[in-house]
Formats: sequence, structure tokens, C-alpha cells
Amino acid sequence: MIALTSPIRTPWHRIPPGPKLLALIALTAVAMAVSGPLPLALLLLALLACYTVGGGRFLRHGLAMLRPLLPLVVVLMGWHLILRAPEAGAVMVLRIAVAMGAANLVTMTTRLDAMIALITKVARPLSHLLPPKALALAIALMIRFVPVMAARHLAARDAWRARSARRAGWRVVPPVLLGTLDDADRVAEALRARGGMS
Amino acid sequence: MERNITLIALFAALCAVLSTVPQIHLPMGVPITAQSLGVMLCGIVLGAKRGALAVLLYMAVAAMGLPILSGGRGGLAPFVGPTAGFIWGWPVAAFVTGLIMERWRASVAPVALVAAAVGCILVLYPFGIVGLWLHATQSTALPTIAAGMAVFLPGDLIKAGLAALIAQSLFRARPQSLLSRT
Repeated sequence: MIALTSPIRTPWHRIPPGPKLLALIALTAVAMAVSGPLPLALLLLALLACYTVGGGRFLRHGLAMLRPLLPLVVVLMGWHLILRAPEAGAVMVLRIAVAMGAANLVTMTTRLDAMIALITKVARPLSHLLPPKALALAIALMIRFVPVMAARHLAARDAWRARSARRAGWRVVPPVLLGTLDDADRVAEALRARGGMS
Repeated sequence: MERNITLIALFAALCAVLSTVPQIHLPMGVPITAQSLGVMLCGIVLGAKRGALAVLLYMAVAAMGLPILSGGRGGLAPFVGPTAGFIWGWPVAAFVTGLIMERWRASVAPVALVAAAVGCILVLYPFGIVGLWLHATQSTALPTIAAGMAVFLPGDLIKAGLAALIAQSLFRARPQSLLSRT
């Protein structure tokens, strides 16, 4: 599993995640409050300039990450054209582009370990409800278990294909889930054997 | 404690794996993903509290920048995008689904179907509608957007049906595996 952080170093990588997230929240709020297409377009241009600071490859990489958004934008714009409200459509599309572009920039320039550190720090006031150790453990366990579960799912699907010409569909999910519940019991036992959460 | 943490982490991982199942396109061109199936299963199998926590963990790890949302998306962008309302509504949807499973002790399949439909349609859609409405301008009325949600309805009904079938076969294979019922 590869994180979405960009390997191309930019000046944005040096800013700690806390201020970047606050700036993102502020920018998103501004984009939601502004309702004219022109200021939103200017905001989008400024954002593109921020990407360009990282160089051409960084800009292309960033645009590629936003590509899955394209069909939705086309549908929204088309729908507004049918409703004869091109300005409202432009505002909506520009808002989406600004909010998602800015969020994507933060993601591309922040390392995963910095994000985990920030989350455990933000969760500290909740420590009597949610011990930071438990949170860090849950995050680490989950990231570790994604490839394990994917492998379990592939194995169940291959076993199905060996027996049937039809598509497996949902029928492989129950065995995968039962196996997962067994895994949970064994991992919990192993954690307790190693001293547990205490 | 250890068991609950591992269960939550494993079901968060299950959501991530289900989101990699390729999209199916309905005739009208509306994509169906297995994404909300994961949310339904968290509630149905783990129950209200643990189900909601599993979904929250999945969201947190996705927000930190792993590409585990449907279509290989990840990072902070989906949390402010046009479909962000659905994402923010997931933990509530999983909680309600789990609560119905815990409280309504009738036979598994029909209860799971109702629980998944109430959680991931009745509870979740208003979040999605508000999310999309925040991106629209004042001239786009809330009812218009709400009517637009109808395109997702067939897909979500199919998924609620699948969730009920999965719950039923889990219960048949091993009754104690439905932790919401124990």
C-alpha cells in the first residue's frame, strides 16, 4: 500500500501539518461563503500557482489525483446547463475544484507519520474515553490488516473460481468475514499475552 | 479491550478491502460501489458502538492519506468534495444499523435488511443531500437535489439485500459470529 504523499519535495512539505490543516479549513469555509464565479476562479488560479511552486511534475501528479472527479463535474455542469443556470453550475464546479484541490495539496505534502502524530495529539483531551495508545494501536493494526484481508478475499475468490464458472459476487464475503473474526480473536489473544493495553 | 480494538481495526480494514471491489455501472450510468456495503456490515456484525468506531477509524486512516476510499481515492479531498456528506454520515449510519440489529430480536435476514436500509438510506441520504447542497448555489433548491438522490436508491437497496444475505449466512454458519446479537 502506497501513501498519497508526493515523493517530490516542495516547500509545502516543510510546514507542519497543524497549520496546513487550519489553513485548509479556512480556505474551504471561504470557498463555501463566496458565491460569485470570478472570485472563485481567482482562488483556483492561486491554488494552481501553489501547485506550480513544486514544479511541473508535481503539478501533473496533483492533477492526475483529481481526475476521478471529472465525470461528476461533467454531469453537474450538464445538469445546470439543462436547467439554464450556467452561472450556478460554474460556481458549484469551481467550489468543488478549490476545496478538493486544496485538500489534495495538503495530503500530497504531509507524511503519514506526521498525520498519525497529529491525530493522537488532537485526541489527547479525549484520553479518558479513548487512550492515545489504543488509537495508535488501532491505526497500526488496520493498516497492517488491509493487505492481509485483501489476500484472504483473493484466496476465497480463486477457490470459488476453481469450482464454478459463475461470478463469485457476495458469496465469498461470509467466509472472509468468518476468517476475519477468527483473526481478531487470535490477535487479541496475542496482544494480551504480550502485556495487552495495561 | 484488546478484542474490541482488534475487531474495530479488522472491520475498518474490511471496509478498505470492499472499497477496492470494482464499480458496477447501472444502465443509467450511476456507479455502484461496495463502499457502503462495508458500512452496513460494520453495523450489522459489530453492533452500534463498535460498528461506528470501526467506520470512524476507516475514515481517519483514509483522511491521513491512504487510497482506501472507493475508486482509489483518499486523503482529505473526498472529505470536502461534493459527496463528502455521505462520508460524514457513515458513522451515524453504522450506529443506527447496529442499534436496530441489537434491539430488534426477530429473525436475522429481515432485521438486517431493515437495519441496513434504514441506516444507509433513511439516515445517510439526508447527510449526502446537505453535503451536495453546501456546494450548490442558493438557486438550486434542496428538493431538486433530494430528487437527484433517487438514482442511488436501486444500488443501495441491492446492497441492503446483499448485507441481509451475508448476515443470514454468517448466522447459519456460526450464530455467535453476529456480535450485535450477543
